[in-house]
Amino acid sequence: MKRLITAVALTATLAGPAMAELVFPNLSYRTGPYAANGIPFADGYADYFTLINERDGGVGGEMINMIECETGYNTEKGVECYESTKGQGALLYQPLSTGITYQLIPRVSADGIPMHTLGYGRTSASQGEVFKWIFNYPATYWDGASVAIKYLMDENGGDLSGKKIGLVYHNSAYGKEPIRTLTELSEMHGFELLELPVDHPGQEQRSTWVQVRQQRPDYVIMWGWGVMNQVAIQEAVNIRFPMENFIGIWWSGSENDVMPAGERANGYKALNFHAVGDDFELYDDLEEYVWSAGLGAGAGDQHGTVLYNRGLYAAMIAVEGAKKAQEIHGVSAITPAQMRDGMEQLALTEERMADLGLAGFGPTFEASCTNHGGSGRAAINQWNAETGEWEVLTDYIQSNQDLIERLVEEDAMAYAEENNIELRCQD
Amino acid sequence: MPDQLLFAIEVTLNGLMAGVLYALVALGFVLIFKASGIFNYAQGVMALFAALTLVGIMEGQVPFEHLINATLGTEIHGFGWSVPALFAIILTMVVMVLFAWAVNWLVLRHLVNQEPIILFMATIGLAYFLEGLGDMMWGSDIKTLDVGLPQGLNTTIDDMTYNMFGYGFYIDNLDIAATLIAVVLVTVLVAFSQYTKQGRALRAVADDHQAALSVGISLNFIWVLTWSIAGFVALVAGIMWGAKSGVQFSLSLIALKALPVLMLGGFTSIPGAIVGGLIIGVGEKLFEFLVGPLVGGATENWFAYVLALIFLVFRPQGLFGEKIIERV
Repeated sequence: MKRLITAVALTATLAGPAMAELVFPNLSYRTGPYAANGIPFADGYADYFTLINERDGGVGGEMINMIECETGYNTEKGVECYESTKGQGALLYQPLSTGITYQLIPRVSADGIPMHTLGYGRTSASQGEVFKWIFNYPATYWDGASVAIKYLMDENGGDLSGKKIGLVYHNSAYGKEPIRTLTELSEMHGFELLELPVDHPGQEQRSTWVQVRQQRPDYVIMWGWGVMNQVAIQEAVNIRFPMENFIGIWWSGSENDVMPAGERANGYKALNFHAVGDDFELYDDLEEYVWSAGLGAGAGDQHGTVLYNRGLYAAMIAVEGAKKAQEIHGVSAITPAQMRDGMEQLALTEERMADLGLAGFGPTFEASCTNHGGSGRAAINQWNAETGEWEVLTDYIQSNQDLIERLVEEDAMAYAEENNIELRCQD
Repeated sequence: MPDQLLFAIEVTLNGLMAGVLYALVALGFVLIFKASGIFNYAQGVMALFAALTLVGIMEGQVPFEHLINATLGTEIHGFGWSVPALFAIILTMVVMVLFAWAVNWLVLRHLVNQEPIILFMATIGLAYFLEGLGDMMWGSDIKTLDVGLPQGLNTTIDDMTYNMFGYGFYIDNLDIAATLIAVVLVTVLVAFSQYTKQGRALRAVADDHQAALSVGISLNFIWVLTWSIAGFVALVAGIMWGAKSGVQFSLSLIALKALPVLMLGGFTSIPGAIVGGLIIGVGEKLFEFLVGPLVGGATENWFAYVLALIFLVFRPQGLFGEKIIERV
């Protein structure tokens, strides 16, 4: 026995410290009521990291270790996942839930670990002076609300006065995010805003759509997730609400949302901040190094879908942030604080995306000490039920930055005052 | 007629229809509780599992396809055929009967004479197991369910009410179909329990297990029968709800809609489930219509429970539930 213990101790000593690696926890949800949306995102997120490991040998010679933790889209489980993984050298969190994001903001700020909430979470976290550790580029919910209204303005010859716009939203922190912006925009442009909350999970929405039918809004904007989206589109179809006047935020615009309504969902619109489909050079590499090699995540049936592409996009940003951090600090084994620096100085240009095999995949943006929210641009996609594909209807539309910056500033400063946060970026 | 009154009538009619859908879920709970005293936590997941199985069979999906491909390295993607809806429903029912048999054989018969809370906890375990099994067997993606039921605005009612009031009422064809199916289902269930030998045996077990055993009724058979019927009711509920939203894992949450119905209608009464469903449906919809706009809306989920609590205070056994008298 003594010999055995000695041998084990000797082996442990000779083995030395574990090889450095870049740890990216993946707080995913492959089970529960939101699994159908969580799976494609998680698959895309995982496949991109696998590609970088297999094709490039990691980032700057450091292999990526993605630790997947199941949250079930449950806020408490999400916090548990964070607590159980943060000690393993986590460099960046991506919780894919606004509820979890709100809980993690004070924790990651205290622990000094950056968090990227790609187009979700707390909008005012885009204010880098206050939210040092949070990034939500390339666009925020308030950008989304503004882009939707801007698009409708264009559709109506620049005038929405006298129009009625309904907001069907998930009655949660997530769903309530756009209300403030839309309220401001309604005062600015003279349209009436009709707020229509839907309780979790959104399986029963008859009252909401009877109200839509009775109040006859000209347009309906939706802030939904999971089953709420499918039921809302089905109910809109049932009451014969014109699909081309129904616009969802980017979390209400995946294939999952429109498929159950079948052909009748044709014409439904949704915002998006990245491209759809698989017509990108990167997909060739994924085929060669990941899927053909049997290393793909999940069942492999999500490639090219909206949420799979979003997962890829999120992972690509994480890798680019890590590369930038290595470049700034001249080390390959970066710390969370160095990763944060990389995220803060990240610039996604057309050239860079083309180099990555993702030409035109997303809007260009340049982060800075103050700007953690990106360029605030999004495009409008439209569902073609015949081809079963999303068609890109517009270029990336710029949100009303004057308004968004003012609202973000107000909200972020109030948060800073409440939490005694000293402002950064002052020099 | 004033617009607000017309709107209120429309909301009430939709509430009645929604109530029927809630009652369909509640019926499954009642059947099992009545026969065995078990509050079946897994009823919502049974509806999900039944609907998943139905779509899987209809689309010719190979059960455990992903698992087989991942472990054996195969490239199986379905049998390559599709099964007509009616035949698929029959096959799904066979699966639900097998499930009922397995539940009885592997779980319930080992827990005879245990406290109700133990049996309740067993059904919690069963719910999570069944959810995982459904995921492994059929996958987590959202599936479109089309068994040929009509859906969308009923134009006859729309035109008729428009001609009468100048405002057309919105009633969904699927809700009308659900109402008709619920009427047939309840009639068949009542006829079964009143006029068949098995139905009488089921009622005997519900009244007194010991007495039923003493006259030669097999408890095992009755439990399998009850769980099979509950499986059938779950399948019907799964079809109705799945047709609205696609078949996906959130379908199991429809059980939450049945709880206030059970609190109100009682855990042991089939008519109670129906009447409870209608009261909850109309109550929550009218409250949302009248009070919702004043308090920011989204009142339906919690108001259903408030309504049930109010009834509970005055009739703890529910509207139609049996009064519990315990002699000391």
